[in-house]
Amino acid sequence: MINWANFISQCFNGLVTGALLALISSGLTIIYGTLGVLNLAHGAMFMLGGYAGWLAYSYTGSYLAAVAAGSLFVMVVGVVMERLIIRHFYTRPHEDQLLVTFGLGIVFVEAVRFFFGSLSQTVPPPAALAGITNLGFMIYPTYRLALLGIVAVALLVLYFVLYRTRIGMIVRAGIEDSVMVDSLGIDVHRIFMLVFGIGAMAAGFAGIVNAPVVSIAPDVGEAILVQTFVVVVIGGVGSFPGAIIGGLIAGEIISITSMFNPGYSYIMLFVAMTLVLVLRPHGLLGQAGRE
Amino acid sequence: MPLDDQHTATISRRTVLHAGAGLLGGAILPSFSLAAFAADDKPAIGTWPAGSQGDTVYIGAAVPLTGAYAVQGADELKGWELAVDHINNGHNLIKAIAPKIDKGLLGKKVELVSADSAAKPNQAVEVEQNFINQNKIILMTGSTSSAVAVALNKFAQREKVLYVAGISGSNDTTGKDCVRYGFRQNFFGQTAAAAIGPVLLKQFGKGKKAAFMTPDYTYGHTVTKSVNDYLTENGGWEMVTNQVSPLGTQDFSQYLTNIANSGAEFLINVNWGRDAVLSTQQAKQFGLLPKMTLVIPYQIPFLAKEVGPEITEGVFAATDFWWTQEDQYPLAKQFVEAFQTKYGYRPEWGAENSYVSFAHWARMVSEAGSFYPPDIIKQYEKGETIPSLLGDVHYRPEDHQCIRPVVIVRGKAKKDMKNDEDFWEVLEVVPGEGLMQKPDAFGCQLGDYT
Repeated sequence: MINWANFISQCFNGLVTGALLALISSGLTIIYGTLGVLNLAHGAMFMLGGYAGWLAYSYTGSYLAAVAAGSLFVMVVGVVMERLIIRHFYTRPHEDQLLVTFGLGIVFVEAVRFFFGSLSQTVPPPAALAGITNLGFMIYPTYRLALLGIVAVALLVLYFVLYRTRIGMIVRAGIEDSVMVDSLGIDVHRIFMLVFGIGAMAAGFAGIVNAPVVSIAPDVGEAILVQTFVVVVIGGVGSFPGAIIGGLIAGEIISITSMFNPGYSYIMLFVAMTLVLVLRPHGLLGQAGRE
Repeated sequence: MPLDDQHTATISRRTVLHAGAGLLGGAILPSFSLAAFAADDKPAIGTWPAGSQGDTVYIGAAVPLTGAYAVQGADELKGWELAVDHINNGHNLIKAIAPKIDKGLLGKKVELVSADSAAKPNQAVEVEQNFINQNKIILMTGSTSSAVAVALNKFAQREKVLYVAGISGSNDTTGKDCVRYGFRQNFFGQTAAAAIGPVLLKQFGKGKKAAFMTPDYTYGHTVTKSVNDYLTENGGWEMVTNQVSPLGTQDFSQYLTNIANSGAEFLINVNWGRDAVLSTQQAKQFGLLPKMTLVIPYQIPFLAKEVGPEITEGVFAATDFWWTQEDQYPLAKQFVEAFQTKYGYRPEWGAENSYVSFAHWARMVSEAGSFYPPDIIKQYEKGETIPSLLGDVHYRPEDHQCIRPVVIVRGKAKKDMKNDEDFWEVLEVVPGEGLMQKPDAFGCQLGDYT
């Protein structure tokens, strides 16, 4: 017998979880789609965003300062990482790219652990978004509700940049065929750097806006990285809308399954991914031939 | 001399010589035989004798320094380090527990080698295997997850190298997965339930509805079962939901939503480490706390520090040790002072368990006068009364579990805290003997010595 109040609550949970996964995944999928680099340091960058924001919050007491610091710091880390290391790996085999980004991820995590320890750190939500909201059919943490809006706005901004600006057009063209973009006289390397920075910033932003929900620790990005990959595979590699749909589907699968048996929620997520891979090997919105 | 007499005399002399030789041989042979038998009596086993032939003996710790139990693992490691330091320097505290220690163990320096297990059984076994190969360790330790403790138990029995558990709360560690080569000092699911159960019934009465949050492995399942069995059988409590989550879960929203819709009055959180921190913080976000009463049946080191006294105020918990017990127990006072001097904070129970389990092992080795594993095991199995930081304890020969008290604490309000680590008030120290199950209740079969 389904408890409908619980069912609706879980659908809502799925929406919030899914939105966050969509945001992190969009950064990952843009980088992979454009540069062909599977960034295994993406989870660590999510974590770095949380810590940079937490530090800013410790000094200023401002949530907005924390969000700005978390996003910009990780964008800078992304750009520096691309210039110093990643660009040397564009022409190398995928295995090398995986190893170098995996290694960078470990360095980031252990550096944070070295300086700040493993104890969880908390960034409280702004006062106006603290507490609980009664939605009539359920009560829900106000900040989680706000998070839905915050992530939706962030995704809209990303959409606007990617689909309504010249830079976005070049990036999307780069996703389809970077050699052709290069041959048209566009400095594709500058675009690559920019894409890596934007993708990293998405992870950093997600890391800090999520900090009031899940307190941060050096390993906070590890679990999220696995889910993010599943989202990208379900949505289609390199597809921005795919990342959003994949994120929402993943969030709903996790939440609704847990209503019946929480132990199966992640199993069901992988079952869904397997089904998608069998029925649509390039993901729901992915295209054949796309790197 | 007549011929016959000569013959008689010759025979007589030979007979005497033979008899003498026989007697001499008879007298010497048994001692040769005994010597030969003694050498064969202790054939090489595990890392013995190779591991104890040099000036230094090694202990290998597989401890979680990353993942959900990283905070507790780092604290445990400090407890082991301090114990080794005290063994090598003949510190008064370690000598109070193991009087025959004199700057080292049986004349040898003790060295601790450690590596990250990430609280994963396969990684922990790999770490210990490396230590066996490289350092010929004579003792293994580590865990913070009972899944690791159970895996290392089995590994210890296979490799014939002793293992003392780190933090391990599962009934199985000295229950169905017990081994001859494994020992546990700390409290566990059964004793936690038997100690905190009466306190809960006395405080809150009978016939309550409880929601459980359970990590999905041996520790979680056995602790939840023990606590639920006690409350159901003795107080008529009802488990209205049991939310089982994988170790390392970060977002507990779906589990908490189920609990919010369950009609529970009590939230019994068996999650541990970072999982406990996040699930408790998020229960507060969802408004379940303070609407429901939080109970922590198996206390988590640093939980109160991480979630804050606003959440732990008034919360009942069972634990192995709390530092304010230094006021009642002189050895606890020495330990807290030594630890705080070295590390700059007061130890939690993970460090206490580490220290005491090493001190007990050192006592067994020094009393046995041998590093030969079966000798040490038999020393433990004498079940002698020995000191701990919380008074006298002993190891039960049938399952190698230390019979030791369980400490019941209640979270203090922030305004009542005398310093920034004064999170818990000790309500009761429940003697261990009455908390234990019958030795065979959890199916322990220890296995062979050799």
